[in-house]
Amino acid sequence: MAQLLQHLINGLASGTIYALVALGYTMVYGVLKLINFAHGDVMMVGVYMGYATAFALGREVRGSLLGVALIFAVAMLGCALLGFLIERFAYRPLREKPRLTALITAIGISFALSYGFQLDIGFLPGASPRAFPEVIEPKEWIIIGDRDVVVWNWQIISFLIAVGLMVALQYLVFRTRFGRAMRAVSWDHRVAALMGIPTDRVIALTFMLSSALAAGAGLLYAIKDTSVSPLMGLYVGLKAFVAAVIGGIGHVPGAVVGALVLGLVEEFVVGYAASTWRDAVAFGFLILVLLVKPGGLFGRVAAEKV
Amino acid sequence: METPALPVPEARSAIPPALRGILPVLVALPVLALFQWVTNESPFAVYLLSVMGVNIILAVSLNIVNGMTGQFSIGHAGFMAVGAYISGVMSLNLKEVALSFLPVAASDQVLFTLALLVGGLAAAACGFLVGLPSLRLRGDYLAIVTLGFGEIIRVVVQNTDAFGRALGLSGIPQYSSPYMIYFWVFLTVLVARRIAGSSHGRSLWAIREDEVAAEAMGVDTTGYKVRSFVISSFFAGIAGGLFAHFVPIINPGSFTFVKSMEIVVMVVLGGLGSTTGAIVAAIFLTLLPEGLRSAFNLLGTESTLAQKVDQIRMPIYGLLLVVLMLSRPQGLFGTRELWDVLPRWIPRRRRGLS
Repeated sequence: MAQLLQHLINGLASGTIYALVALGYTMVYGVLKLINFAHGDVMMVGVYMGYATAFALGREVRGSLLGVALIFAVAMLGCALLGFLIERFAYRPLREKPRLTALITAIGISFALSYGFQLDIGFLPGASPRAFPEVIEPKEWIIIGDRDVVVWNWQIISFLIAVGLMVALQYLVFRTRFGRAMRAVSWDHRVAALMGIPTDRVIALTFMLSSALAAGAGLLYAIKDTSVSPLMGLYVGLKAFVAAVIGGIGHVPGAVVGALVLGLVEEFVVGYAASTWRDAVAFGFLILVLLVKPGGLFGRVAAEKV
Repeated sequence: METPALPVPEARSAIPPALRGILPVLVALPVLALFQWVTNESPFAVYLLSVMGVNIILAVSLNIVNGMTGQFSIGHAGFMAVGAYISGVMSLNLKEVALSFLPVAASDQVLFTLALLVGGLAAAACGFLVGLPSLRLRGDYLAIVTLGFGEIIRVVVQNTDAFGRALGLSGIPQYSSPYMIYFWVFLTVLVARRIAGSSHGRSLWAIREDEVAAEAMGVDTTGYKVRSFVISSFFAGIAGGLFAHFVPIINPGSFTFVKSMEIVVMVVLGGLGSTTGAIVAAIFLTLLPEGLRSAFNLLGTESTLAQKVDQIRMPIYGLLLVVLMLSRPQGLFGTRELWDVLPRWIPRRRRGLS
């Protein structure tokens, strides 16, 4: 029983992190109908930015509240800028081209980022994973029984940050002027433009927002994993994408539910079966969902209009 | 009443009819002689030729799905891995077996062919399994599912004792020869070209251009997509089998996402839908790292750069895709073939539909 509870907690903790990344996929898919393959790699770049900031701050400042806020701010702003650049120079010129073209571009960017960061030329970090500094000093906050169930402080903090960001996002999309513009662009960007919505700006802002979310999620993941590597973007990104598809891509709460489900399933496979199968679980689950409910749990398979 | 014979249209070729029949032989002989000379010259040339041949098979077969059908699969290395491991295990187990009525070398080749076919069929079966659910959906899902499939294969191999886990398989008999490989290259190209020109191919092109319209015209889109996927993965499996029989060791590291991307880049660079484009791009991209390496070595000054060619290759592939999509999304040849882009003075047949 205690073991079950522990797995539940761990699964929820990693699920919330996936959820933040999955939200980025879903938002971009919502406005552009594009699977942003590079999303995970933007996240990875953000984690490296946070890593560099943490080292620049030094050991004392790093642990303080100000230090943590600074690390998150640098990574999220840096990623917003990166997301903006990618959208401006790679996706915008292709917006009216066939969707395959944009998809190939996205795959290309993802590949260039994840393998570019594996070079050890100049400022690039090289292929080997590095230890992420302990930004949040790990403490056991809640202990039930004789260490039967342990909840770490970073688990609670990242859960709170993730939930906070999700609530903020929900508010932004459904309660603000910008959110309404975003939903209009998602509905039909040509008509939205005719109604006086600056579609280019809305799409660029959506990209920046999703990239910033990814950076935040990536930092939480790095704190949990205590390591950074150039390939983390590929794996975390793919799993988050799977979560988004399970929830029904383009559906904001769906992405969160999908991510939590995926986090739990993964945790239970690792806990009760074998940890070496962990990476296969997400994809097996994806194929299963696509077989049974192709639109995802909450999405609908819309007939294509001609 | 006997139907009157149809008038035979005058052939529009500059080559005299007597010569035309033996033309392929005339072309093949010097090529074979060159082959013989090169393969006698150095083992490295044999290796490079083999890798090139395998890459051509992979690129041409991927082009059937990505180019002709317009679906986007990025897990081709997964099917290659299936073929490599299945045929590798089979060859390992049949190492001591010889067909008594054949000389040893011939018996080896027969068993090798059998192993290849089994590997190819296993890959085709996987292609069917993966294709059936995902091809009913839009193209971008396929990309992710194929990628995930590649990962699943890797994890399965790493967890199976028969496949040597993470260490891989070693000691697979080295049956592959460039002749065998290029025979399969020939078969692959033949099948790809025949498909492109057939009514089956017309349906594939229709799906590529507009799936909804194709369906409205009565094309069984799911059926055609799954079939092209199965054919493509069959040849990927064959390529994997050939690969497994000339490299000393195969391990999960040989069939990662990187390999899949390499093949995708070949197809996109050559032009989605162009078989000869895929061939040219495969040859070019196989030779490019070697060329760069020797160029850096000749320059001598930056010897570390020569060692890093393999590393630098990957991000360059990624950027190449982006630049290609922005500046020339149709690739080198578009959907045309090599002979369509050759200069006018070379005599050629008038093009029909294909």
